[in-house]
This record gives sequence, C-alpha cells and structure tokens, in this order.
Amino acid sequence: MPALPLDEAGKYVAGAYLVFVALLLLYVAIMAAKLQRIERELRELADRAEEGPAA
Amino acid sequence: MSAGEPSAREPTPARRAFAAILAKDLRVELRTLESIPAMALFSVATFILFRYGLDRTSLDGSLAAGVLLATLLFAAVLAINRLFVAELEQGGFDAIRLAPVDGSALFAAKAAALVVYLLALELVAVPAFAFFFLDSWAGLGPLCLVLVLVDLGLAATGTLISSMAINSRARDLLVPLILLPLLVPLMIAAAGAAQPLLAAGGPGYEDFGQWLGVLTLYDAIFALVAYAVYDFVLED
Amino acid sequence: MYPKGLRTLALATVATLVAGFALVFYFAPLDADQGFIQKIFYLHVPMAIVALVGWVVAAFWAIRHLRSGDSAHDARSYIAIHVSVIFGVAVLITGAIWARAAWGHWWSWDEPTLVSFLIVFLLYCTYYPLRYAIEDRERQARYASVFAITAGAFVPLNFIAVRLAESLVHPRTFATAEGGMPTKMWITFLVCFAGIGLLWVTLARFELSAKSTSANLARLRRALDGDAPERPSAGRPTATVPVRATQS
Repeated sequence: MPALPLDEAGKYVAGAYLVFVALLLLYVAIMAAKLQRIERELRELADRAEEGPAA
Repeated sequence: MSAGEPSAREPTPARRAFAAILAKDLRVELRTLESIPAMALFSVATFILFRYGLDRTSLDGSLAAGVLLATLLFAAVLAINRLFVAELEQGGFDAIRLAPVDGSALFAAKAAALVVYLLALELVAVPAFAFFFLDSWAGLGPLCLVLVLVDLGLAATGTLISSMAINSRARDLLVPLILLPLLVPLMIAAAGAAQPLLAAGGPGYEDFGQWLGVLTLYDAIFALVAYAVYDFVLED
Repeated sequence: MYPKGLRTLALATVATLVAGFALVFYFAPLDADQGFIQKIFYLHVPMAIVALVGWVVAAFWAIRHLRSGDSAHDARSYIAIHVSVIFGVAVLITGAIWARAAWGHWWSWDEPTLVSFLIVFLLYCTYYPLRYAIEDRERQARYASVFAITAGAFVPLNFIAVRLAESLVHPRTFATAEGGMPTKMWITFLVCFAGIGLLWVTLARFELSAKSTSANLARLRRALDGDAPERPSAGRPTATVPVRATQS
C-alpha cells in the first residue's frame, strides 16, 4: 500500500475528488427538493380528488 | 406566381424554386440595401475600434488574421439575424410549406443569398482592412480562397440557426449565442490558414492545405446536416 | 417503467465507484512524471469521455425523435444532454484543478482535449436558452432535436480542429489513456470509467423517472381541474421539459 504524501499534491487531488462529491450531493439535494414538491402536489391533488365527487 | 393545377402540371423542380427565391432575395437586397451597407459600415467601424483597442496601426500574422476574421464573423451575424425576417413577416414560410417543393430549396436559396452578401461585404471590408493595417497586399489572393470557404461554412450554419431562431422569442440573442461556439472550428481553421498568409515577411503557406481541408470538411458536414434536417425546421 | 431497476443500478454504481476509487488510492502506481497529482486523471478523464458519449447518444435519440415524432425520445435526448452538461461542469473544474497542480495556472490553452471540451460544453449550454425561447411544445422539441443532431456532428469536427491548432509542444502525459500506461493503471482507469458510466446512466434514469412523474402529476391536475384533455401524445415527458408558460 503506497504511502500517501500529504504535500501540495494531496490537497489538489483531494480538492478534485471533493468537487465531484460536492456536485453529486448538490444534485441529490436538488432532486430531493423536486421530490418534495411532487409529493406536496400529489397530496393536494389527492385531497381534491377525495372531496371532489363528494361535494 | 401561381402553382397551377397540381394534378395537371409537374411539381416545381427544386432548382427552379431555389433560383426564384434567390433571385427575389437579391433583388430585394439591391433595392432596399438593408444588410450589405450595414455590414460594411460595421466592419470599418470595428477596424477603427481595434486600431485603438490594440493600440496598433499595423497588423500582421496572427493579430491581422484574428482582427479580420473576428470582424467578418460578427458582421455576418448581423446579416444572419435578418435573413428570415421577411419570410416570417410576409408568410414566406407558409408559402414554402404549401408549395410542392422540398424545404431544402429554401435553405439552399437563403444560404446562397447569404454567401452573396458576405462576398459583397468582403469586397469592401478586406481592402479596407488592408488599407488600414497591412504593409503588404501579397497574401490577399490566397486569402480570398480561405474567405470563400469561410463564407460557405457561415452560410450553412448561419442559415440553419437563423431559421430556428426566427421562430423563437429572443431571436436576436439566440443567433449569436448558438452560432458563435459552432463557428469556433471554422475560426480555428481560417486563422490557421490566414496567419502565415499575412505574416510580416511575406505570405507563407505552412499547413495551408491542411487548413483548407478542415474548412472544406466543416462546410461539407454542416451543409449536409442542415440540408438533412431542414424539413423538420420548416414543419409547422 | 423507469424506476424499475433504478435501485439495482444505483447500487451497482456505488459499488463500482467505491471499488474504482479504492483502486486509485491503494492499487494504482504513482505516475513517474506527475506523481500523486496524476490521480485526478482517474476522475477527470472518465467523466469527460462519458459526457461526450452522452452528447452523441443525445443526437441519436434526437434522430429517433424526428423520425417518429414520439416525445419520449425527445425527453431522453434532453436528459442525455442535461446529465452530460452536469458532468461537463465537473470535467472543467477538475481539469482546472489538474492544470493548476501540474502547470501552475488554472487553465491551459495548450491542452487541446480540454479546450475542445470547453467549446463543446459552451455549445450545449446554449441548448437551454434555445428550448426556453420557443413556446410551442412540439416545435420546441423538434428544434431541440435539430440542435442535438447538429451539435453531435460538431463534436468530432471541433476536436479535430482544436487538435490541429495546438502544436504538440507539451508532452501528452495527460488526457487520453494512450500507450505507455502500465497495466495496473489501465485496470484502475477501466473500473473508474465503468463506475462513471454507470453513474451517468443512473442519473439519466433518475431524471427520466422524475420527469415522467411530474408529467403524470400534471395530467392528474388537469383531469381534476376538468380542463379539456390535451392532444394525446405517447409518453408525456415534454410536458415538463422547460416550456415557459406565457400569458400571451
């Protein structure tokens, strides 16, 4: 197992992989927000569907 | 210009439609002088801006190629923006859709008209450029060949993008936005060929053949692509 | 239809990526020229290749869309471009980091692959304003497909032009996995490439699933509102492809 030199190079490599992870998590966050919006809308429509025919 | 009874007569061959549209466009341009003088004035003004922006009174090599080509490209965008305005306002698109003619005839005609405008522009802009900035006019001959190939590429991509942009909301913005990245390879090849032609010590021809090849490839590919997809652009 | 297998796909992606990154840091040998910095290669290059392939795939979906008129193909084309653009952002950022680490500046015009990629990325960024600017849904989809095909033809041409323009002064230790790479590096690269490729497919499937859900939601809302049913079209996804609703 090669030693990991914690010099300048290490910071750049870590930075690159961190950017990758950050973008991925950002994507997840955005999709989560979208999913929340969809769920909210679905709930609202379900409510409307239930009371609609009854009204 | 009536089409007659479709059943009694043969459909207009694409060539005749092409010639008719091209002739109409050139006639209108000659009469109204909308695009070409504007492009020429724009080019000369841009040259003056560059003179001061770069603080140079003489240019050669890569600077000369860059200034000339960038100016021509931006001037071309002016014409490209206006290419289909008349068609949109006067129902030219509908006419083509109804006529028993391949939509590609419209594309070819408009692209050809654009080439004519660009050639006319270059008749003014290139001598003006040489007059302002060049010490020797020796490289201009072969440069014309380069410019013709550039014009063909500009016409192919410009006409395609213009047709799409004209049917959108931000049409004046969309053309430069989409067109400029598409024109980068054209610019690379044209500058590659023009640089040695405008070199200080006299025209050189390094890689001239290679760059002409790339230009031709660009023209061929985009002309083919545009020709192939154009009917979808015209669809209502 | 889309969620089926999405979980398996995502798990496979995670497994492959973790394996790949483990190989990068525990298995792959140090590069003779660049040392530790070269490790960025295993992240940057697979993403670039996958993004480019994604854009070409989008062109194929666009061709199918124009041929069949089925808006499902348009949705796939749109998403292929969208996911590749996201990957493109990562490519450019990691490329800049790599350039800074290797050469001291955040950008290098001498690296033809990176420059070519920037130009292509810029072109595909204009895809969004093009779609937003056209209101009519069908026309928007059609023009988007025309754009995707044109841009797909552009990618190889641009690469050739940029490659020719750069005098290859800098030794090409970078970029594409050319000859001279030891086997261990190759293996690591391939595993990372597979992982990134799976990631692209996972994200694309995910997006498609979200899009079709939104579309069905819109259908449900319209049905509940009692509006006249829209023109039926196979696979509604274009309903949520960016169409700016206007008051006109």
